[in-house]
Amino acid sequence: MSPPSASLIASGFFASEAVHTAVVVGAVAAVVSGTVGVFMVMRAQSFAGEALGDISTTGGSAALLAGVGPLTGIVVIDVAAVAAMELVGIQRPRGRDLATGIVLGAALGLSALLLYLDTIYHNTTGAVVTILFGSVFTIDPSTIPLVGVLSALALTLVALLYRPLLLSSVSAEMAAARGVRVRLIGACYLLALAVAAALAAMTIGTILSTALLVGPAATALRLTRQPASAIALAVTVGVAAMWVGVLLAYDSFYWPPHGTGWPVSFFVVALIFVAYLLAGLPALLRRRARA
Amino acid sequence: MVDAPILSVQGVGVRLSGREVLREVQFEIAPGELTGLIGSNGAGKTTLFRVILGLQAASAGRVQLDGRPRSRRNPLIGYVPQKFLLDPDMPLRARDLVSLGVDGQRLGVPWPSRARRALVAEMLEAVGAGDFAGQRVGLLSGGEQQRVLIAHALVGRPKLLLLDEPLANLDLRAGQEVVTLLARIAHEREVAVLISAHEINPLLPVMDRIVYLAGGRAVSGTVEQVVRADVLSELYGSHVDVLNVHGRVLVVAGAGDDTDMRGHEAALPGALARSDGVAS
Repeated sequence: MSPPSASLIASGFFASEAVHTAVVVGAVAAVVSGTVGVFMVMRAQSFAGEALGDISTTGGSAALLAGVGPLTGIVVIDVAAVAAMELVGIQRPRGRDLATGIVLGAALGLSALLLYLDTIYHNTTGAVVTILFGSVFTIDPSTIPLVGVLSALALTLVALLYRPLLLSSVSAEMAAARGVRVRLIGACYLLALAVAAALAAMTIGTILSTALLVGPAATALRLTRQPASAIALAVTVGVAAMWVGVLLAYDSFYWPPHGTGWPVSFFVVALIFVAYLLAGLPALLRRRARA
Repeated sequence: MVDAPILSVQGVGVRLSGREVLREVQFEIAPGELTGLIGSNGAGKTTLFRVILGLQAASAGRVQLDGRPRSRRNPLIGYVPQKFLLDPDMPLRARDLVSLGVDGQRLGVPWPSRARRALVAEMLEAVGAGDFAGQRVGLLSGGEQQRVLIAHALVGRPKLLLLDEPLANLDLRAGQEVVTLLARIAHEREVAVLISAHEINPLLPVMDRIVYLAGGRAVSGTVEQVVRADVLSELYGSHVDVLNVHGRVLVVAGAGDDTDMRGHEAALPGALARSDGVAS
């Protein structure tokens, strides 16, 4: 075996099927998260995004018990959660966090039971850790078609809603005065957010999914002043973090403790965090220069 | 009472959770005119705007736009809401916000278009916002944001422009500039402009007509017809005096009148209004 320090890209990287799946699914999840995430941050709905990521735990653990693919379980639960939030009243500004919190609490309570049953029936905690913290290398290639359908759905929704969504994010009143059905647009957007959270949750884990939704979008908003370039930048940051994360995780197989490899989700989230910090530099330097 | 009115409010009444907010409100406004909707906080100005916009159903009466009943999707109205200050972190330049005024209600992603860009640039110039067209809206001053919002509301070529308390967040000078701009827009572009305000004086130099709202009822006409002791006394249901002090108008409760004054005080500098020295 060649020494790990010989090259950045370890041998066998491009031959591994797990890597292929990770590169494809990771990129798709990052594209959807970046696009949907920019609107999420603009609409101050990060709590809803965070909640949907956490609620994915319920879906993932239910899927494990039922013996279906994790993404199927996650998407079903997240869409159900969005419908429940909508019913409780997420659209009223003041009721929004309340509705999200109530649905989040109920879903996490259920996941406590499901995760317990998972460990009993599967006699392993490994599967549970994978649900919570993800492992893009363990994604079954047979999931790719569903990933494709869901991401196409979410991206089409955002493209379709783009202008009225932007307008109602600026001011619900101004949008309503122009005849925009603000509530309907908001509900459709939540559906896209549910899909994005589900993809992120499957890719880097339910607990960490929020980092993929919020991080690249927040980074982009620091650097650009128009919505379209914010989306492009968020997508770029997300995909780059995902790919470099996969590469480093693959390399880390040779890092101590030798022969296991570090969790890929750690790298992805760490890279996003670094990108966010770096994005603050220009403003900081400008302030310094002025002072 | 107005030739070919663009907006006709006919006997509108509104009840909100059992409380009568507006009663038999009646007025018309014509293209090219600037009308002030004057009333204290809670007089029903925003509710009336919501009825005109079709966001609030009237429990009585009706609203006609350009001689037709109003419909939900109405390109005839441009609207600037109350207390609007954009989040400084919002990635939106002034020209992006005005561009949303062209076709922001339409589905889909906007394709770059030279015609739209030219229209947006022309509108930003017209409101004196050309210099900051490329800056984040949230980082602009209150007066600058107000100009951008006016451009947003105006770019769809509406026949009626509604502005809810546009002077509320502005200092005196910025307020005067916005008022002058709105008067010019009304006259040059043949748009009917309806501005709500709780202070009558900033609008006095430019108002063609006034709609005075108190206790859910309204009187309308020219300033001379409406801002008179007898007319406003009847509207308030108690005696009030109208004083002219150095070109400013003060509406005050009459001397010896001990009725509740809550309806008036916001329409004028409160301390003066309650001082016996001024009122007598």
